[in-house]
Amino acid sequence: MATTAASSAPPSGGAQVWLKRLRSGDEVARLITLVFASIILVLTVGLVYQLWATSSMPRHKFGFTFLTSSLWNPVTGQFGALPFIYGTVVTSAIALLIAVPLGVGAAIFLSELAPPRISSLFTFFIELLAAVPSVIYGLLAIFTLVPLMRDYVEPFLKKTLGVVPVFGGAIYGFGYLTAAVILAVMTLPFIISISREALLEVPTEQREAALALGATRWESTWQAVVPYARLGIFGSIFLALARALGETMAVTMVIGNDPSIHASLFAPGYTIAAVIANEFAEASGDLHVQSLVELGLVLFLLTIMINALARLLIIATTRRGSAQS
Amino acid sequence: MTNDEPMIMSTANLPSASSASGKPVVHQGKLKAVDLNFFYGAYQALHGITLEIPANRITALIGPSGCGKSTFLRTLNRISETIRNTRVEGQVLLDDEDVMQVDVTALRRRVGMVFQKSNPFPKSIFDNVAYGLRVNGFRGALSDAVEHSLKRAALWDEVKDKLHKSAYALSGGQQQRLCIARALAVDPEVLLLDEPCSALDPIATAKIEDLLFTLKDQCTIVIVTHNMQQAARVADRTGFFLMGKLIEYNTTEIIFKNPTKQETEDYITGRFG
Amino acid sequence: MTLRNRWRKTLSYIMLSLTGVCAVVAVAILFLILGYLVYNGWRSVDWNFLTKLPKSPGETGGGMANAIVGSFQIILLATVIGLPIGFMAGVYLSEFGGKTFAFLVRYMADLLNGVPSIVIGIFAYAVVVIPMHGNSASAGGLALAVMLIPITARSTEQFMSSVPQTLREGALALGASKWKTIATVVVPAAHRGIATGMILGVARIAGEAAPLLFTSGNNDYISSGFSQPTASLPVMIFLRATSPYDDWHRQAWAAGMVLLLLVLFANIAARLILSRGIAVQR
Repeated sequence: MATTAASSAPPSGGAQVWLKRLRSGDEVARLITLVFASIILVLTVGLVYQLWATSSMPRHKFGFTFLTSSLWNPVTGQFGALPFIYGTVVTSAIALLIAVPLGVGAAIFLSELAPPRISSLFTFFIELLAAVPSVIYGLLAIFTLVPLMRDYVEPFLKKTLGVVPVFGGAIYGFGYLTAAVILAVMTLPFIISISREALLEVPTEQREAALALGATRWESTWQAVVPYARLGIFGSIFLALARALGETMAVTMVIGNDPSIHASLFAPGYTIAAVIANEFAEASGDLHVQSLVELGLVLFLLTIMINALARLLIIATTRRGSAQS
Repeated sequence: MTNDEPMIMSTANLPSASSASGKPVVHQGKLKAVDLNFFYGAYQALHGITLEIPANRITALIGPSGCGKSTFLRTLNRISETIRNTRVEGQVLLDDEDVMQVDVTALRRRVGMVFQKSNPFPKSIFDNVAYGLRVNGFRGALSDAVEHSLKRAALWDEVKDKLHKSAYALSGGQQQRLCIARALAVDPEVLLLDEPCSALDPIATAKIEDLLFTLKDQCTIVIVTHNMQQAARVADRTGFFLMGKLIEYNTTEIIFKNPTKQETEDYITGRFG
Repeated sequence: MTLRNRWRKTLSYIMLSLTGVCAVVAVAILFLILGYLVYNGWRSVDWNFLTKLPKSPGETGGGMANAIVGSFQIILLATVIGLPIGFMAGVYLSEFGGKTFAFLVRYMADLLNGVPSIVIGIFAYAVVVIPMHGNSASAGGLALAVMLIPITARSTEQFMSSVPQTLREGALALGASKWKTIATVVVPAAHRGIATGMILGVARIAGEAAPLLFTSGNNDYISSGFSQPTASLPVMIFLRATSPYDDWHRQAWAAGMVLLLLVLFANIAARLILSRGIAVQR
């Protein structure tokens, strides 16, 4: 009796075996779906390539000074990215400063305190918030948030904290702070839903251990449950950050479109995404267009890195969670 | 290679039993395994299994958890190939034909399988039974074939007015009988059952065991079970597996009343497993 | 009770109440948004709005028929390109994926999902607008398709993978080939989830303005064919809202309300389909 070794891995035999399998229909199906799947690879490679190739002019002309120069003047052909990087970072950072406490707080409520039905209902609404298009947030921001900031919030802040230059300066309504506020609103749903899931995965034994030692409800939540879920919560924060960095429409509509760096949060500024949105369609000359593309490349790299970090953190939580159980 | 002598029960050694009419019946080795080894990656799950499964009889495979009986069953219709990184050495022969040389979909039409937990498709009862027929290009009257299968599976009376309802509306025991009907619809020569009653209550189990008796005249049945009493009740022949090896294989009566191997006796008397 | 304990208890009560406040605020935002849009927009959604073309600022009675039709054109193109590719890629990842290649595809899909939509617009600009020497619905449609493909692929994969292996084995054991098993058992079992994923994906791209700004651009007239600059609702909202004219602001509210209601409706419908029951039981 001959020994036959059959393997369930694809046969390494010759073309004849492959052709025979081809007729079975299964191999055809596999090839067809493989081709479609590789389109995703092609698109990604193509995207990176285009960003790189279509920004060659400013890269050769300015090199790294592109990132450090704060002068952006399409007329004189000088392009520096610093005001936009500054604006992007400042608006996103402040947005997180506002959204993280609010979001984590809400997540704690929804996972620890709320009865299950309220928790699901609220989560349903909050997830709907994530589906609202950016342009709609912008629309609301222009007509409701800007007057609110200009007439009430910013004067109040200036009156009370105006000593600090961050809260000094003229008030327009449009500016870094307003953009940060609308960004906070937009990133809130992501922080809440991911943090809530991370918190729900914390085993009840953690909470009970703290309570059994005499901790108050808050203490057990804050000192036992939340730290256990911190990886997932950080993951949600990084995810929110990545989204905030790339947010375009809402920010464009309220940031004030000033390509310079200002210390005051009330001042108008610019972000990478906003300047591309505003100037790309009517960019004058190749250098201008390509400088905008290079800005896009910078934004691309920034969001990739932060997204990767976020995913690592979120994977680490789920892996630890399943290893624990 | 293992040194345990495989118990080869070739047709010549079997005492010939009689069919219901009293005439002696000659047993053909319908399915044979010859020195079968099975590997999950580097781990060897089956060692040198050799046995012959007689036609039109019920053969039971027993043994403790993880002994390889299910793994062995799944090599008989090559469903083991759906798991990555598995390797088979040795042969499985259906009517003396190597199953590896046969088109796998044709093989599986001839060797059907019923799984441990019932797995009806999310379709109607009718479409579940008709699935195998449709997929294999059946040209005749579908509803007659479906009715016939459901009758063979002793399910027709319970479902005849709700053929177009979802299969999930049935109870666990009914779903398993539906799966049996589904497997029978393509008229297989062999029916493999992998612990078919493990998720069912005693009444549902009894119904299925009665069913198997009625089926064996038209079909060769191989059943894996962790329930020794079930093997004793239904099987003509029983094979005892332990740690990937076939320890003993004989008529059910001998296995349970007079086993030749110590391990068999230990298992039967409940000293382990 | 000691003073310290009394303080701890009070603190606990305060902090926990605060978290409740946070949650209520978050939910209230949704209703504020909805309320504002409906309040400001519903009076402006009239027959003119839906059927007339834009008029110059100062003239009343203009509408957004061009944007409504344009959005439809662009989204149709994006859907026709993006859904099949995404679906097939998802089938590959779930049913056929070799280890390394599938990992790569998944990684790139997640990467694409995280790219800001304006950068996708740059890509479409380079690939379509430059060769075509101008804006077009094709460019906008491609940009949105590039966004739709990874979303659809991952959600299709997710739902198909969750179909239990035993269902596949049941079909294979009856003599079905692998592709038949996929087509007649796995996909039907996962169809609710797959459909939901597609609806949510389309709803997501329907609201995007950034990738359309310099790909499909804008057009005061209805575009015939796919090679002309084409108006779209999101872009129109942006342009109208940032204009200095009150009448145009009014139109922005109306368009915003229409867009938001469509997007929310699609989202709620999708979630209801999903909660009605994943097709595979238990």
